[in-house]
Amino acid sequence: MSNYKQPALAISKLRKTYGANFEALKGIDLLVQAGDFFALLGPNGAGKSTTIGIICSLVRKTSGSLSIFGCDIDTDFANAKKYIGVVPQEFNFHQFEKPFHILVTQAGYYGIPRRIAEVRAEKFLREFGLWNHRFEAARNLSGGMKRRLMIARALIHDPQLLVLDEPTAGVDIELRRAMWEFLREINRQGKTIILTTHYLEEAESLCKNVAIIDQGHIVQNTSIKSLIKQLNRETFVLDTRDEVGIPPKVDGYPIAVTDTHCLEVEVERGQTINPLFAELERQSIDVLSMRNKTNRLEELFVNLVEKQL
Amino acid sequence: MSRYEIWISFVTIVAREIRRFLRIWPQTIIPPIITIVLYFLIFGNLIGGRIGHMSGLPYIQFVAPGLIMMSVITNSYSNVVSSFFGSKFQKNIEELLISPTPNSVILLGYVVGGMSRGLVIGAIVTIMSLYFAKFSIHDLNVTIAIILMTSMMFSLAGLLNAIYANSFDDISIVPTFVLTPLTYLGGVFYSTQLLDEFWAKAALINPVLYMVNAFRYGMCGVTDIDIFWAFFMVGISIIILFAFTLRQLEYSSSLRS
Repeated sequence: MSNYKQPALAISKLRKTYGANFEALKGIDLLVQAGDFFALLGPNGAGKSTTIGIICSLVRKTSGSLSIFGCDIDTDFANAKKYIGVVPQEFNFHQFEKPFHILVTQAGYYGIPRRIAEVRAEKFLREFGLWNHRFEAARNLSGGMKRRLMIARALIHDPQLLVLDEPTAGVDIELRRAMWEFLREINRQGKTIILTTHYLEEAESLCKNVAIIDQGHIVQNTSIKSLIKQLNRETFVLDTRDEVGIPPKVDGYPIAVTDTHCLEVEVERGQTINPLFAELERQSIDVLSMRNKTNRLEELFVNLVEKQL
Repeated sequence: MSRYEIWISFVTIVAREIRRFLRIWPQTIIPPIITIVLYFLIFGNLIGGRIGHMSGLPYIQFVAPGLIMMSVITNSYSNVVSSFFGSKFQKNIEELLISPTPNSVILLGYVVGGMSRGLVIGAIVTIMSLYFAKFSIHDLNVTIAIILMTSMMFSLAGLLNAIYANSFDDISIVPTFVLTPLTYLGGVFYSTQLLDEFWAKAALINPVLYMVNAFRYGMCGVTDIDIFWAFFMVGISIIILFAFTLRQLEYSSSLRS
């Protein structure tokens, strides 16, 4: 039997080979503690979807072991499945069914009596702003509503581990922020969340820990904070008041002109930027604004993945 | 899952299947009824009157059990094949596959859903056939048992077809090239006593022949084959199909890669 003191997800030496010789996962190990908000990142074809497919039993592993809250998926399959709620990337509900029926039916698959399922369905439909659309065909809902319906469906049986495969893909900023807040809240309530995303600022904003997977290997498995600490330098973009023809020379700060009113400056980690501004001021270059060139995590991600190539 | 949870899961699948075919009743209920009424009109009233008697029965009375059975076979089959393949195509079958519902319950849920449609259509066609022919039930137990077993067998066959199917073409090939010929050559419209010895023996490999004859026996007391043998054949077919379909549900790469 399982208990919540066990890791939410424990993967050991997990391998998956498609066909004769395509090895999608090459013996990965992964541990996600109960209550974690965990990001699984990687480029397309890295093995994220295969890993998630194995977790939710839509893909058969070739070898290795996987347990969910202590329930081994080989020996205690039914209990392991009860702990998981999955939000796939693609809309995969019955397009002609109504949201209310989709939720009640999904609860039924987990053995939840109809009267309880209906109460839960109402709760989630109201919470996700879908109550007024509960008897419309699901295919007529907007993209954002469909996405919310997918999350509601994954939560209907009260799973302890929620797996989200790019939940905010194609979702507008307002809704994305609202979904982030909702996910933070259910994580605060104790649900473990595993998230795959291409929006790295999403992982940085939401997640505590992260694994980066590439070519079937876990290339990094650490906390978001320690991952970001690995960054040695950052690039800042400075917008200038006047036109800048040639890059100003400032010792210790490589500067490039990318536009007539725009400079890019590389700054080492731990290096202060006060001398840079002092020197620019001395050279009569007024800076109107400053921003990071790229998302910090994105930069690191690219570095880690490029190392594998 | 506890037994109670498994029961809820089973009822959920069956209810969803029944809701599905009732929701699209213009596609699922009306067409088979129109088709069978046309059969009754043409083969029963118009042509049947000229044929006279077959196996000691007026022709319309002879074909009625076969036509009812034909509607049960085609509707049980098509309900499961279209529903399961549709779920596979839209990927909402994943809702079920990721749940703790055992594969045997998924199988039974779809099969009972298919049987429900087959029996609903069969019941409607039976009621309508009373307008064209008068008959009494010769053996109620045989009638009920064979119709339940037949609808179960073809629901299983429909599920197996849907598991293997990769396109909509794949789910129309079997009904067109296998099911329809078997049904038409399965003694619905004629007695195998009319065939010469070779073809009469060849007809015995057609499973539909056993079902139609057992059902005709239940309704009219007339059959070309031994009833015990008919039940045995259908029973064995169900057991083999059940075991094979369950295995495919578990291991088919079209469901779990």
